[in-house]
Amino acid sequence: MTTSITGAMLLAADGINIAMNVGFGIIAAIMVFAALSVVTTRNVVHGALWLVVVLGGVAAQYLLAGAEFVAISQVLVYIGAVMVLFLFGIMLTRAKIGADTDLNNSSWGLGIPVALLMLGVLVWAVIDAFGDTVITDRGPTPTVEISDAFLGPYLLPFLAISFVLLAAAVGAIVIARKD
Amino acid sequence: MYSLAIEIPYWGQSLLRVLGGLVAVLLPAGTIVYVFLFKMMSFMQSRLGPMEAGPYGSLQLIAEVGKWLQKEDIAPEKADVRIFKMAPIIVLLSTFLLVVVVPFGPDAYFTDFSVGIFYALAVGSVSVIGILVAGWASANKYSLLGGLRAAGQLIAYELPMVLAVVGVVIQAGSMNLQDIVVAQNTGQIFGWGGLGNPYVITQFVGFVIFMIAVQAELTQAPFDMPIAESELVSGYMTEYSGFRFLMFFIGEFATAGVFAFIASVLFLGGWGVPFGWFGWESLDQVSNWMNIGGPLIMFTKMMVLTFIIMWVRFSYPRFREDQLQRFAWKVLIPVSLANIVVTAILKVAF
Repeated sequence: MTTSITGAMLLAADGINIAMNVGFGIIAAIMVFAALSVVTTRNVVHGALWLVVVLGGVAAQYLLAGAEFVAISQVLVYIGAVMVLFLFGIMLTRAKIGADTDLNNSSWGLGIPVALLMLGVLVWAVIDAFGDTVITDRGPTPTVEISDAFLGPYLLPFLAISFVLLAAAVGAIVIARKD
Repeated sequence: MYSLAIEIPYWGQSLLRVLGGLVAVLLPAGTIVYVFLFKMMSFMQSRLGPMEAGPYGSLQLIAEVGKWLQKEDIAPEKADVRIFKMAPIIVLLSTFLLVVVVPFGPDAYFTDFSVGIFYALAVGSVSVIGILVAGWASANKYSLLGGLRAAGQLIAYELPMVLAVVGVVIQAGSMNLQDIVVAQNTGQIFGWGGLGNPYVITQFVGFVIFMIAVQAELTQAPFDMPIAESELVSGYMTEYSGFRFLMFFIGEFATAGVFAFIASVLFLGGWGVPFGWFGWESLDQVSNWMNIGGPLIMFTKMMVLTFIIMWVRFSYPRFREDQLQRFAWKVLIPVSLANIVVTAILKVAF
């Protein structure tokens, strides 16, 4: 009984989940702060750890949107593999403890217009695609649908991407081989 | 399925889940440390082990925890203090997040997650970051070497672990751990359902690979190169003392318990008994008493699997770093890939 009342309060009349939107806002604020910290921090390892927070936030947003499989993939691939590799690489080469003075290179200003351009493109794409459409609370997407989709109608792009990754792996082996 | 007489409000359910999670992580950890680390290892080495605190030293663990808690919280002078203090929390957190998807009974689960096993593998890999930054933030060459070795090893053995699980997922047709339990207990071996179909029989190769990978992920001997005490003092844990060392210590054995839970769900039929024994046909018909019996069955299976992990740990000498990497990449991964291909072919054929 209690859960159904709170459920009704959190679910507004047109099927929008208010708690979900509040959660989105909180996580988004954390992500923006973490993203700014990635570029302003004076230590490479701290930057990498802030990036972990950003990527974890992305996974949380996917979960909120009901995309469970994508969210878990995000954690497994980006946090569990890519970021570990980042940290591994940093620690094998240069990883001083404490503030680093020469982290910025001279053309860092160029990054700002590029970042703004990316933001513009993304905002335009989202507004153009959805506009005023109200996206109601649909619950999680079944993983079976995803696998049916990429082993069915999207089989060719899936194989193409696999081929690109295979080529990259072969290339890496060729570069790494001494003889 | 909801046959409880009293309705528990949402905050009460959440509180119960948190308490249940603490029990499901800390109780196995404590039992493993006392039964296997204190007693079994002592008997294997012809000594008694702790005998003073409590009957047969059974309160030794509580004494140890008290000792660690009252020690000073020391951070090395040149360490990156904030990260140094954060690292053990990351490691322990990933253990607590792991147990969330493990089902202990028909209704006794924390969350019914459709991509459960995939989630467990993903969250399990987060602890690598904690170990890596623990090694780095200590400002100690031994620690850094230990952290790097740990990261290299954990990445190498995560792959065979994921690939070994794929065989089970193909056979069960689901990534939901609850569905995997049901699939095993309603399954049949060539039309005979007396034992269900625990996947340790059909996926024996996957089971062996999974247990080897678990051994390596837990950095237990023979895969304890990252904390090799004869060359690295104690690897990434060298500079830790007091309750932060305790966190790493709990993390190590709690993760062993949780991975044993996951392995028993994947390969040994989980909390269930073959449903045919009591005339159940689906999950909805399973009696309510399995919510009490299920956790006990899970605990027994967990103890058996951690016994094997500890037995191997106390019996075998350490792998060299190159042997360790070669074993993962040249033996385990090809074998697990072959296992996936064979499983998929047989799944389509039958």
